[in-house]
Amino acid sequence: MPAAPPVEARRRLHVVTGKGGTGKTTVAAALAIALASGGRRVLLMEVEDRQGIAQLFDTPPLPYEERPVAVAPGHGQVVALAVDAEEALLDYLDMFYNMRRAGRMLKRMGAIDFATTIAPGVRDVLLTGKLKEAVDRGAKTGRRVYDAVVLDAPPTGRIARFLNVTAEVGTLTRAGPIKTQSDSVTRVIRSPQTAVHLVTVLEEMPVQETVDGVAELRAADIPVGHVIVNMHRQPYPIPARLGRTTVRAGLRAAGLPADKPVLDALLAEAADLRSRIALQERERIELDRLGLPIAALPMLTGAVDLGGLYRLAETLAAQGVSRSVG
Amino acid sequence: MSTQQSARLDVDAALRNARVIVCCGSGGVGKTTTAAALALRAAEQGRRTVVLTIDPARRLAQSMGLAELDNLPSRVAGVDGELDAMMLDMKRTFDEIVLAHSDPERARQIFANPFYQSLSSSFAGTQEYMAMEKLGQLVAERRWDLVVVDTPPTRSALDFLDAPKHLGKFLDGRVIKVLVAPARAGGRAYLKVVNAGLAAVTRVMTRIIGAQVLTDVQQFVASLETMFGGFRDRADQTYQMLAAPGTAFVVVATPEAAALREASFFTERLASEGMPLAGVVVNRLHPVDGVFADDGVGAARTIAAAEELEAAGTHPETAALLRLHAERATLARREAALVERFSRAHPGTPITPVPAFPEDIHDLDGLRAIGAALAG
Repeated sequence: MPAAPPVEARRRLHVVTGKGGTGKTTVAAALAIALASGGRRVLLMEVEDRQGIAQLFDTPPLPYEERPVAVAPGHGQVVALAVDAEEALLDYLDMFYNMRRAGRMLKRMGAIDFATTIAPGVRDVLLTGKLKEAVDRGAKTGRRVYDAVVLDAPPTGRIARFLNVTAEVGTLTRAGPIKTQSDSVTRVIRSPQTAVHLVTVLEEMPVQETVDGVAELRAADIPVGHVIVNMHRQPYPIPARLGRTTVRAGLRAAGLPADKPVLDALLAEAADLRSRIALQERERIELDRLGLPIAALPMLTGAVDLGGLYRLAETLAAQGVSRSVG
Repeated sequence: MSTQQSARLDVDAALRNARVIVCCGSGGVGKTTTAAALALRAAEQGRRTVVLTIDPARRLAQSMGLAELDNLPSRVAGVDGELDAMMLDMKRTFDEIVLAHSDPERARQIFANPFYQSLSSSFAGTQEYMAMEKLGQLVAERRWDLVVVDTPPTRSALDFLDAPKHLGKFLDGRVIKVLVAPARAGGRAYLKVVNAGLAAVTRVMTRIIGAQVLTDVQQFVASLETMFGGFRDRADQTYQMLAAPGTAFVVVATPEAAALREASFFTERLASEGMPLAGVVVNRLHPVDGVFADDGVGAARTIAAAEELEAAGTHPETAALLRLHAERATLARREAALVERFSRAHPGTPITPVPAFPEDIHDLDGLRAIGAALAG
């Protein structure tokens, strides 16, 4: 067995992005469960005021507070946090300047809203700053609070910009506290501790965005993990040429109606699936060109409930997405 | 289908009567394609139409002649009618507003300010605001009978409506007043003007963000201030236009819980603002109309039949088809239940179901097919 990787090279920050509608929140939650199995403690964070995690786990809206939302096999635990930029700033002021009161005054005046509006990069620094804090928490004492942190991140179109905070802030300020903070965040995000996973479905637009997103992440020196193909349709063993007579005979043998409308509709469904699979294959070739590991998740036919999440978690683990080394 | 209890959205009537159609909904539901399909159908029914798209798929953009971003409408070739299309260039639209409302020297200063660069290219609300601004411009040109707009792919469909208010709140905020105070009072007199509490705030801000940054912000806000009135007025005008007769909102969703929840929020919001909702388009449905349903054969019976054939080993093709059909029937039932729940919560809201197309839409024929499905 190979020796365990050194602690600082272990992946502990998993950023999950994806185009809207591809199921990135579901995948992030499933990955958090996969990482927590075997008795580990994992933080699942969201940053877009969407309360997507609460909706997924069917809990009341999450406050700005770390709360257990799920257990994983082998006494693992998933803790969730919905990060709010204003609260993150108050935390930050408190931690580094002991200025929580002044922060509250800024908030009352609308100064924080103003700052994050006029310089959106500032908002990203605050959000990613909280991310870094959670990743590093307890490291100095050698007892890390979280074995891994999973971020349900902004969508693929914005992910490189969101994570590349130094560049974002660099145009606004070349020195000072914001710059120092963004540099330290960038060090963590560019380290082997981090992996950005891109969730997609095998359709033109999401795949195109995935390809663009990977290029932007690579240009920003941010480590890319897996491409995760969600809602993947398994090819059915349906022969390319289906004879009407054969199918009619089969339906009769099964005691089912076999009139013309039924035959037409069944054959149309088969043709539909075939073109979908052909499309999937074309898009899959596009993804393969990225030279990244690709994992696939099946389409859940029922609603996405806890049972479904555990199933997806196992599938992710089996494909190595939750491995601690890249 | 489950939508029987709701009226069907009369798409062709909307295309005939509306002057503005706004397609909204959460990201990834097919807003851009729906907007393009509606516009094409209107043009081919004889209305001079322009469509403003935000972020079309590359091949769809190419097929509409939108390969370059010039922020101007251009004629779409191959249409039996008059259709213009354009893709929104957010930064350019912002730049044009600045140029229109200031002298060249001031505009140059604004363009050079790092905060303008940041705000004009990445402010989360800028895209919504600029889409609205562009919509107002297109309507004001009076060149078209109908303007169809796609809305930005935000996490929430409501962001489009909230953008002008957010901008207003931002421009009227106390912080801006503090920051522009020195410009009004003349440089150094600043600290005398502001009271002690505000001075404390300035100290805190200087400590956190540094003095240079604060100066940049002050300069930027001061140079923009003269344009604030114009911004706010036009945002208000566009907002009023959206509430006026002649505008029709089309909410786009897919049969998924999250997308329909967004559609719900938006529908309620439009009602509370007195804005005209034409109806809801539910894209990417997987109906199984006609197959076995009339004979009372459900998914369970279909699977049982497939198992029977598999056990016998006599008809593998039919067994595979039956399994495929059973999966589709299950999916169709789930989708129908979601749509039905939506229509129960919004009685009287017209709904138009659009089936999933096996291939991506990337040419005019594809858009025509979607248009026909929309019209029913």
